[in-house]
Amino acid sequence: MKINALNLTEKEYLLPGNRTCPGCALSLAYRHILKALEGQAVVTVPASCLTVLHGMYPVTSVEVPCVNTPFASTAASATGLVAGLKALDRKGLTVVAIAGDGGTHDIGIQALSGAAERQTDFIYICYDNEGYMNTGNQRSSSTPLGAISGTTPILGKQQSQKDMTAIMEAHGIPYVATANASYPLDLYEKIRGAMLIQGTRFIHVFTPCPPGWRFPFNDTVRIGELAVQTGWVVLYEVEHAVFRLSSASKSIAQRGNLRPVREYLAEQGRFQNITEKQINELQERVNARWQRCLARTPDL
Amino acid sequence: MIDKNTPRKADIRILDGNHAAAQGAKLSRIQVVAAYPITPQTPVTEALSEFVEGGELKAQYIAVEGEHSALAVCTSASMVGARTFTATSSHGLAYMHEMLHWTAGARLPVVLACVNRAIGAPWNILNDQQDSISQRDTGWIQIYARNNQEILDSVIQAYRIAETVYVPVMVCYDGYVLSHTEMPVAVPSQEEVDRFLPPYKPHTILDPANPKNYNLVTLANPRVNTEGVLCHGYMELRYLLQEALQNSRETIAKVGREFGEQFGRHYSGMFWEDRLDDADIVIVAMGSLATEAIVAADMLRKEGHKVGVLGLRVFRPFPKSDLVKALKKSRLIVVFDKNISYGSEGATCSEIKSALYGTDVNAVIRDFVVGLGGRDVKARELADAAKRSLPSLKEGVLNTEYPEWICDI
Ligand SMILES: Cc1ncc(C[n+]2csc(CCOP(=O)(O)OP(=O)(O)O)c2C)c(N)n1
Ligand code: SF4
Repeated sequence: MKINALNLTEKEYLLPGNRTCPGCALSLAYRHILKALEGQAVVTVPASCLTVLHGMYPVTSVEVPCVNTPFASTAASATGLVAGLKALDRKGLTVVAIAGDGGTHDIGIQALSGAAERQTDFIYICYDNEGYMNTGNQRSSSTPLGAISGTTPILGKQQSQKDMTAIMEAHGIPYVATANASYPLDLYEKIRGAMLIQGTRFIHVFTPCPPGWRFPFNDTVRIGELAVQTGWVVLYEVEHAVFRLSSASKSIAQRGNLRPVREYLAEQGRFQNITEKQINELQERVNARWQRCLARTPDL
Repeated sequence: MIDKNTPRKADIRILDGNHAAAQGAKLSRIQVVAAYPITPQTPVTEALSEFVEGGELKAQYIAVEGEHSALAVCTSASMVGARTFTATSSHGLAYMHEMLHWTAGARLPVVLACVNRAIGAPWNILNDQQDSISQRDTGWIQIYARNNQEILDSVIQAYRIAETVYVPVMVCYDGYVLSHTEMPVAVPSQEEVDRFLPPYKPHTILDPANPKNYNLVTLANPRVNTEGVLCHGYMELRYLLQEALQNSRETIAKVGREFGEQFGRHYSGMFWEDRLDDADIVIVAMGSLATEAIVAADMLRKEGHKVGVLGLRVFRPFPKSDLVKALKKSRLIVVFDKNISYGSEGATCSEIKSALYGTDVNAVIRDFVVGLGGRDVKARELADAAKRSLPSLKEGVLNTEYPEWICDI
């Protein structure tokens, strides 16, 4: 059955009243991730905005068994959960590691790469708000070129982003996907699909952050949509080496109506000092990736 | 060591320290092993993977990509309820530092074998105890073995202790001196060990039917839960860990006693005593150095000195009150440290001074730093150092500011 807003489960695993900022896309994404998992999961969470979302002892907003783990250790913690459940012969639980881009692209990449190489049977979700938001918005290796952050305060970031999904695909794991909090049903279906696959599964979820990116908090969904409409984010999945565009990215590819990246950048205060040269460079990167995706999609 | 009257429930095998540790872990029926190679610990990881691949040990062996991950794997697997084991040395232990705190803070009974090795810079793969001593404040129980039999026995006891008090245990033994030196070791039968070590009961159940969130953010003060009950704050949780370590002395002694009753090898105390009854000079050392100290004491006894040896077995919790009792008659305490707290003195010496402060033991205390980075320590040197310390008895100088270093070759 194709999932839609009407038949999506009403059960909430993420309770109202969590500690994220208003308009936080992580909160929106996490709500649907947990719905897809139907609570039959153990999650491991490193230091991040997600830790804050989970609450302050002794109160939590999340109804799923969760262990917190040090910043660098997310995928290793997941490995331990998988090994422990296996050793005790406990079946039917999906182990899910969820970390930010800092916890994934930067400090946690070693543990993640190791876990993927060992073909650990778990789902790793990176929610990407393109910076270290928990510590107040410093640059990460996922912060875009030209973006102002706490550690690129005047000139903006001078380097471009790391393509983490491509890095994970290069590990030869059975499933990688990109998703976006503004497309919750696509995200939901990707989690459901990933749950049926054995081995390491990596899902990269784009999660706009109003205070960090400097846009009004009621624009979150629109910013996420704009990211897809301009090709800043491409929604796809690669299952057992078979590439497939999904959701809005698929229709954009069919219609051929990609909008200029400039429209996306202009909506966010973090790009206020970006140069023309940088905008062009970003547009070229977006174009190149879009072409790569189209080349992998022979029949649209 | 082996009581002739006890029925044969063990095989005598020639084992080096690393294989004694691996045997101890195997007999403890560990369920998850995660480890990363580092000299001189590497043979432990190899032996365990051989047990697992050969079908002798039913466990998940995780060949992690680094030590931080090794302990993260063990910590999370222990959270699920599996009995876990890891082993490391030196830089590997330092690399685990963050996780060491986390494991103890989460009150998980992980057992770790630390094969004591010097730490760089500069590189040095040989023995001293700087690595584990540097981790003394992470909340782990630390047991030091004097010989390979004690390594095997201590690993088995470590699980009983850890799973009773919910504090992780580090079993430390000297690199090369024990890790790569073969000795006869009584390897108990699986049935015997099963009788001694019941299965692990976790304090935590990760169950979707009753979802719980572990190690959430805490704030400075206790907070109420949704039922209005005031729950612990960070400081209360830290106090509970301290209390658990303080009280673990009873458990360590009880487990040691029961081990002795069953296996004929007795471990009732926090330290080993040799001729302390009439000794006014006491040599204190930890690990294999304690064995060397006994030879030194023999030499000094022959020369007419009343010398005894106190071999520390448990460094954390530090056995303050027991030690004060044992040192009651001493007038001169000569401490040998295979570690240095830079800018201060050896860690064992500091601990002993702190234990004796305010008691009526008014002994002169001398600290000697020895054996760093594998420098050979001879019994003769220990004996000479003790003799060198004698004049201070007459002079009445209780303490020197800094330790003396013995760098003889
Ligand atoms: C070893 C270590 N270094 C630094 C920190 C401080 N720290 C906590 S969260 C965080 C940033 C997290 O960034 P990211 O993973 O992108 O998640 P986000 O906060 O953006 O959700 C940092 C640097 C830490 N907890 N541990
Ligand atoms: S800082 Fe950004 S990611 Fe973090 S809670 Fe706020 S909106 Fe969400």
